Amino acid sequence: MNTKEWPLWEVFIRSKQGLDHKHVGSLHAADAEMAVQNARDVYTRRMEGISIWVVESKHIHASNPDDATAFYEPANDKVYRHPTFYEVPAEIKNM
Amino acid sequence: MEEVEVNLEAQFEEKVAKDIRIEPKDWMPDAYRKTLIRQISQHAHSEIVGMLPEGNWITRAPSLKRKAILLAKVQDEAGHGLYLYSAAETLGASRDQMIADLHSGKAKYSSIFNYPTLSWADIGAIGWLVDGAAIMNQVPLCRTSYGPYARAMVRVCKEESFHQRQGFEIMMTLCNGAPEQKKMAQEAFNRWWWPTLMMFGPKDEESPNTEQSMRWRIKRFTNDELRQRFVDMMVPQAEFLGLTVPDKDLTWNEAKNGYDYGQIDWDEFWSVVKGNGPCNKQRIQTRVKADQEGAWVREAALAHAEKRAQREQQKVA
Ligand SMILES: [Fe+2]
Ligand SMILES: [Fe+2]
Repeated sequence: MNTKEWPLWEVFIRSKQGLDHKHVGSLHAADAEMAVQNARDVYTRRMEGISIWVVESKHIHASNPDDATAFYEPANDKVYRHPTFYEVPAEIKNM
Repeated sequence: MEEVEVNLEAQFEEKVAKDIRIEPKDWMPDAYRKTLIRQISQHAHSEIVGMLPEGNWITRAPSLKRKAILLAKVQDEAGHGLYLYSAAETLGASRDQMIADLHSGKAKYSSIFNYPTLSWADIGAIGWLVDGAAIMNQVPLCRTSYGPYARAMVRVCKEESFHQRQGFEIMMTLCNGAPEQKKMAQEAFNRWWWPTLMMFGPKDEESPNTEQSMRWRIKRFTNDELRQRFVDMMVPQAEFLGLTVPDKDLTWNEAKNGYDYGQIDWDEFWSVVKGNGPCNKQRIQTRVKADQEGAWVREAALAHAEKRAQREQQKVA
């Protein structure tokens, strides 16, 4: 009775034209085609999407949250990357 | 090593206290993970088993409109089960194991679904009361501390309010109908009122996990707090329908600005939890049968996928 489990897929949905695909959750399916169909049934029953991406969960590589501090450190001390770093005289408009 | 552990635990507590969501790869105490897996999988099982009492009436709905609505609602519940199973999987739980635990009786699900649906009015009562109670429980869970669970609950809550409204509409139609229909509605209300109050779980004094769950911000309100809110919300709705709440002790308490209600039959509650409710055996048997009879489909789909993948590879080679 113990058959092999169907692989896990992550589901990404574009809710409307012009927007990014956004992660919405995951599901099990035997193959990509079935994953897309299941994603339609599970995640778009109320017109939540016009486009679906699925990717097998095992293919996703993620950064490690434990290293977050060191990993994002390079961006941390570069305040000059933000426009608010610069002083603009009051007389200057539209900048 | 131990110091690192202490440090991680402190960081975790601090995040929770600041209402920063915990995400799957973040460090978390083992007990937090276990509590969540238990709660989320129980919740998922409840959605799945919850399809059965209502599914019982799909083929006998009184009109095509009601049938389409009920079908859509039951389909939503399947969806809720799936959102929740996948949230539990982000914690390392395996889907097969969760299903196996449901089928072996090791895992629990909400006791309410162990009661039978004797008449069409029960479908109205379930939507109105049971989904109403579910909403009361689930809205605070949209802010629960574990990210995937909170996001799944946002999705669920968006879909629940149609469930409650369609139930209320069924009740309203019956209450405005012939005396026999009104009687059906009252009888269904009598059957479901007390089991629905039990859905919020044991009294606070007898719910040992509540305190820890509140500290971890998994739970935001205690069982009794939610139960009280539910009673206060439902009594006026019952009055509107012209139904009598089956509780002779129900009285308005000006001082607490809420209703006092009668004693819940906790012996009945524990007996149903332990497996002796009217439908416990039948519910699990139905699930096991569906699982067994679908096994060949799952195997065939996998075999087909593997064969196709092989053929693709040969083409490339
Ligand atoms: Fe649900
Ligand atoms: Fe529902």
